[in-house]
Amino acid sequence: MPEKQKGVLLRKDSVKTTKLKVGLGACGIAAGANEVYNELVRYVSTKKIPVMVEKTGCIGMCHNEPLVEIESEKEGRILLGNITQKNIDTIIDEYMEKQTVNPKYIVAGSDYITEHDGFFKKQVRIVLDNCGRINPESIDEYIEMNGYKALHHAIKNMTPDDIIDEVKKSGLRGRGGAGFHTGSKWNFTKQAPGDEKYLICNADEGDPGAFMDRSTLEGDPHAIIEGMTIAAFAVGAKLGYIYVRAEYPLAVKRLEIALDQAREHGFLGSNILKTSFSFDIRIKEGAGAFVCGEETALLASLEGRRGLPRIRPPFPATSGLWDKPTNINNVETYANIPRIILNGSEWYSSHGTEHSKGTKVFALAGKINKGGLIEVPMGITLREIVYDIGGGIKSGKRFKAVQMGGPSGGCIPESLLDTVIDYDSVTRTGAIMGSGGMVVMDEDTCMVEVARFFLDFTQQESCGKCTFCRIGTKRMLEILERITRGEGVKNDIEHLEQLALGVKSGSLCGLGQTAPNPVLTTLKYFREEYEAHINERRCPGGQCKNLISYIIIPDNCVGCGVCLKNCPVNAISGEKKEPHIINQDICTKCGICMDSCKFDAVDIKR
Amino acid sequence: MSNKINLTIDGKPISVNPGITIYWAAKKLGIEIPHLCFGEDLPPMSSCRLCVVEVEGMRNLAVSCSHPVSEGMEVHTDTERVRRARRMNLELILSDHNIECITCEKSGDCSLERYAYEFGIKEPSFSGEKNIHPVLDNDPFIVRDYNKCILCGRCVHACSEIQYESAINIADRGFPAQISTSFERPLQETTCVSCGRCISVCPVGALTEKFRIGRGREWDLERKKTICPYCGCGCTVELCIKDGELIKVTTPKKDTINNENLCVKGKFGLHFINHSERLTRPLIKSDGTFVEATWEEAMSYIVENLDRIRKKHGPDAIGGLSSAKCTNEENYIFQKFIRACIGTNNVDHCARLCHSSTVAGLARAFGSGAMTNSMKELRTAGCIFVTGSNTTEAHPIIALDIKAAVMKNGAKLIVADPRKIDLVRFATIWLRHKSGTDVALFNAIMYVILNEGLEDRDFIEQRTENFDNFRDVVMQYTPEMAEEITGVPAEQIIEAARIYAGAETSSIVYSMGITQHTTGTDNVLSLANMAMLTGNVGKRGAGVNPLRGQNNVQGACDLGALPNVYPGYQKVDNEAFQRKFEKAWGTSLSPKPGLTVVEMLHGAENGRIRAMYIMGENPFLSDPNANRVKKDLESLDFLVVQDIFLSETAQYADVVLPAASFAEKDGTFTNTERRVQLLHRIIPPPGEARPDWQIICEVSSRLGYPMSYTDTARIMDEMAEIMPIYGGISHKRIRKFGIQWPCPEKQHPGTPFLHKDTFTRGKGLFSAVDFRPAAELPDDEYPYVLTTGRILYHFHTGTMSRRVEGLDAIRPDGFVEIHPDDAKVLKLKDGAMVEVASRRGTVTARAVVTSRSRPGTVFMAFHYREAAANILTNDALDPVAKIPEFKVCAVKIKKAG
Repeated sequence: MPEKQKGVLLRKDSVKTTKLKVGLGACGIAAGANEVYNELVRYVSTKKIPVMVEKTGCIGMCHNEPLVEIESEKEGRILLGNITQKNIDTIIDEYMEKQTVNPKYIVAGSDYITEHDGFFKKQVRIVLDNCGRINPESIDEYIEMNGYKALHHAIKNMTPDDIIDEVKKSGLRGRGGAGFHTGSKWNFTKQAPGDEKYLICNADEGDPGAFMDRSTLEGDPHAIIEGMTIAAFAVGAKLGYIYVRAEYPLAVKRLEIALDQAREHGFLGSNILKTSFSFDIRIKEGAGAFVCGEETALLASLEGRRGLPRIRPPFPATSGLWDKPTNINNVETYANIPRIILNGSEWYSSHGTEHSKGTKVFALAGKINKGGLIEVPMGITLREIVYDIGGGIKSGKRFKAVQMGGPSGGCIPESLLDTVIDYDSVTRTGAIMGSGGMVVMDEDTCMVEVARFFLDFTQQESCGKCTFCRIGTKRMLEILERITRGEGVKNDIEHLEQLALGVKSGSLCGLGQTAPNPVLTTLKYFREEYEAHINERRCPGGQCKNLISYIIIPDNCVGCGVCLKNCPVNAISGEKKEPHIINQDICTKCGICMDSCKFDAVDIKR
Repeated sequence: MSNKINLTIDGKPISVNPGITIYWAAKKLGIEIPHLCFGEDLPPMSSCRLCVVEVEGMRNLAVSCSHPVSEGMEVHTDTERVRRARRMNLELILSDHNIECITCEKSGDCSLERYAYEFGIKEPSFSGEKNIHPVLDNDPFIVRDYNKCILCGRCVHACSEIQYESAINIADRGFPAQISTSFERPLQETTCVSCGRCISVCPVGALTEKFRIGRGREWDLERKKTICPYCGCGCTVELCIKDGELIKVTTPKKDTINNENLCVKGKFGLHFINHSERLTRPLIKSDGTFVEATWEEAMSYIVENLDRIRKKHGPDAIGGLSSAKCTNEENYIFQKFIRACIGTNNVDHCARLCHSSTVAGLARAFGSGAMTNSMKELRTAGCIFVTGSNTTEAHPIIALDIKAAVMKNGAKLIVADPRKIDLVRFATIWLRHKSGTDVALFNAIMYVILNEGLEDRDFIEQRTENFDNFRDVVMQYTPEMAEEITGVPAEQIIEAARIYAGAETSSIVYSMGITQHTTGTDNVLSLANMAMLTGNVGKRGAGVNPLRGQNNVQGACDLGALPNVYPGYQKVDNEAFQRKFEKAWGTSLSPKPGLTVVEMLHGAENGRIRAMYIMGENPFLSDPNANRVKKDLESLDFLVVQDIFLSETAQYADVVLPAASFAEKDGTFTNTERRVQLLHRIIPPPGEARPDWQIICEVSSRLGYPMSYTDTARIMDEMAEIMPIYGGISHKRIRKFGIQWPCPEKQHPGTPFLHKDTFTRGKGLFSAVDFRPAAELPDDEYPYVLTTGRILYHFHTGTMSRRVEGLDAIRPDGFVEIHPDDAKVLKLKDGAMVEVASRRGTVTARAVVTSRSRPGTVFMAFHYREAAANILTNDALDPVAKIPEFKVCAVKIKKAG
């Protein structure tokens, strides 16, 4: 095992003092966690309360932000949710006095990770192990969690081939979505002729609703740096780039801090760990084009050109950045590496299924009770994720579908809820594993509208190079817009299918080749919804404004007048205490009447 | 041939080299695959997806333009699936295309139109929103109608990967994506150099030559190829003519030196041939004004006067200026007329003003005064040393070779130039020396090479002589000493020396920044020393390459339009040669070398020269010290000028004869790389204008020395008989593509590079060259150095280029480039009008404040008669080559008005 490193500071006071950790991922910050943190620091110091206030990354329970974890030797770890500047003092006071917390704030109890709360119970945290536990701006805390031990081990005790073998044996596949075997990819780069090689971390997470990579970068930046450095040693790269979205300022800031710390500690830069191996990492901020997540477009962008994909072969492993052999992996892939090296491939491959090993991080969102950042073992079923981890559908509504893989993915219907999470099973449904976006939809979702939404996104983000992608998706989008407007015509479904297959097989890069997936899967599983729109001028999901009407159910209406008062276009009339009526000619279908009615008297006629 | 790859395409087996794409393999089998974004001239873009094919075992369709072949591959190019995909593709494109083929200029030559026809698409099945763009016609040359753009990206590629200007790119994403300049500015406000390559690669009607609009459909145009008459590159142009009018210019795909590239002048600057000011009838000056005359009247008048003067003052009182713009055949006829008919060697031409020091210097060092290598070889050089050549503006097509060498093949580029020329962008190192300190700089570089033992000892020993004398001089020039003279830091000199000597092949490229000095010959000798010192002569991609400025300045020299040599550089004062030519021409010849250009003009002052015959030259603007030239021209008894326009010089003539332009005659031009290329008569000359050779033949015949040829091919045959370097060349042989001299025999393939195993003179001769300062240095009264040169948009004295509307619109006026530091001292703002004065005269020009100029040095282009730089320049001459010092003189500057 590695000896003690320069700069390793074992915190002697581990868990002796009570610690308050504030989840300061971008999710927490957006919910006001910075204010909570500041207030906590102020309160604790003015009152001289003997606790340590610390920062940490995303804890995962994004549906309960801001989150504060209390960690003490005696009580273990208690996770408090929905904390505000205002309630923090009473909580602290109560805890210091009685070592208890008002149960209404507790979202997960002692040792919540494995014991009590369903949200964490079925998760296996390998990549997110440190996320929400350590201070991402402290290399010492990372080191304390065995950080950089893997690097030490890899450089001192392993050859590049050993490392590649270990990664191959672990069965790790690319977490960017395509699922190519990581070890083999590294081998290609290593074998490629040339002395100048590059390593790139693709952190251009662009799928709407996806935040796995952001959370990992914000919560555990050193894991990525360590993973990249090990990879660089294995493939023979001397310079690495992290291509990260400029829209992730916190991730960039924490990466910069982590890179400086790693250099200071001799984990990065010249003569790493006093060996002849040198490697450094630079950050390149992307300018917000979705297509730059495609690896060849990313390379073009990194070289200072417009992010246009190019044809492969040659693959980046042989001709990548500046035409030199280049290894490109995603954030999550690199974050797995230190754990694999440290714990061995056997340990890693004990998780997962035959062809998909380890875990996968998902951003669970949509009409679900407990959304957030989750990490599950490969082989878990969708049903377990939706119901056991996610706590089922909001407001007791019915599950309709789960959209996986973002704009490149597809919709998986209820009948396939027992699909297990692994690359091949998910692909068989017509969706893709993707980078980890998972959006749950309920019965009130219009699947045509879902397809339109995603296609609108890909159409806008098409780089414009290929005819099929640039114009084909536009024509598809126009058909979908027509259908959702209630103006669908007879041949629309046929044309849509033709175009979808044309775009899929005729586009150069992954963006175009997968752009029709949301359309194709919804056509496959929810064709009747398309037909209802076109043939019956009806939206079964009740979402398409032109095809629905709001009506007042006379039996439920008490004539309170709230809807009448709130209607922005004065479409509602009725005497007090008499059932009201909506004038359909005036109604703009904004839905305010339905939201404001306390008696469930407003309904949608689908 | 074990590494061949075997595959079948549409069932036909074929064996091809690995790495080639399906498209090329299919083409070998004669199978044409439709394509829009792919052009055989550019690397594949793989964006249009029209060239898709089916490959067995592949899930998706393969893009044939970029998909490499593999062993055992079974390709189907015309299956139902492929046809469906192609058809859908075309329908999609057409659904966002402005289908107005009825009035589209591209109709008939449009790839989209052709495929739509082949697939029988009358109307696309998919309709929807169309992008609507304004038609951009805010450029003098290029109209951009992006409503017709199919976003294939070819124009972007041409701009960024061939021209390296990146003026355009794709803007926006998704459906609205379109080609745009940055911030949608007009092309002229970008880095665009108006080369027009974007138009030539556009497969549809999105990009169009502005001039052609409404002037004729594709099928109305008659296309004939010939050679561009501007610079020495020698590009092949294809003139597209309707009813005698030039509609547009293109270039053939094969057998050219220009690889389908043209510069703004070749592409857009040839319309002067149809200009209304073309001379159409002979003019005789009467009471100070020109009166139209018949050919008979003009001829009699000329013959009468020349005969009178010859009889009275002897043949040496007559001088002739031949022309670097005219054909080889015409130069031959002209010098033959002066020598055999008039009886003097007083024949010269503007090569005196550009590369006479090259001819003198390189002939001395190597035995031959021409570019040692071919243009294309520059692409393979390991190091290119560019000095005194603003290549991108003066030789734009050669600049493309240099850029490609750097960008594609990793060549190191050293630029030694006082001005921050555009090539500096591509340079590994830029030596910004003071004007006129070249010898000191080169000597110091050679000092470093010798000091560090980087010289090629074997080459020096086996192939050269006089090394020791040379060495003694060079070893006095330490980098530190040179730093003081040149202003270039010593460490840069050392680095440059290491780069130049370190490359496998190093090629020197130079032009008038080297030659137009009173030390011009020294500069050239010094460069020759540098090449020999490192063994960089006599091999592919290495050498000493003077870029010749005029389309046929090489040929005019070759053909003996020089006072000291007969055609083929055979000396007039060599008795054997004299006998040879006397025999060939059937008359006695003068053994006395004649006067040079400047000497002839100055000779008018003292009556030594009484009459001059000037064919296609404009010394009034091109020669130094224009005020003196004016006086000289006025002093002549008799002046004949033969030209296509009434030039500034022609104003002083007694008789002006209308000549045919390059497009109206045949013959040959020899480009800068010694390639003899054939011209074709494309349209008839305007009015009564006649080809120069015919006019001269008639004058000569009337003067008693009959010359008569049925056509120019016969003249070439006569030339080949008596000049060994052209011995194997005939019009018939070069009909397809030119041949590089020396080509002594009919079977000889021509010579891409010179001095292979032995120098033309035997051994290469080192010269001991000491630094001498320029003739006129700045002082208190005239504190600035003026240097002159060309700009991209005009040519020489502007006789042609300034009569092209668009060119003059872009660069309409004379200017002087001044460094911001100097502008500050002079309290000048950019755009202010300034008076620039030298000891010889004063001109007014617009100040351009720019750091392109070296502090203390100002630059002017010499194209503008209204701000004629040559009023200021110094007519001091190089003692050997008699070239004037255009590149350095002292001036003072003040605000005008």
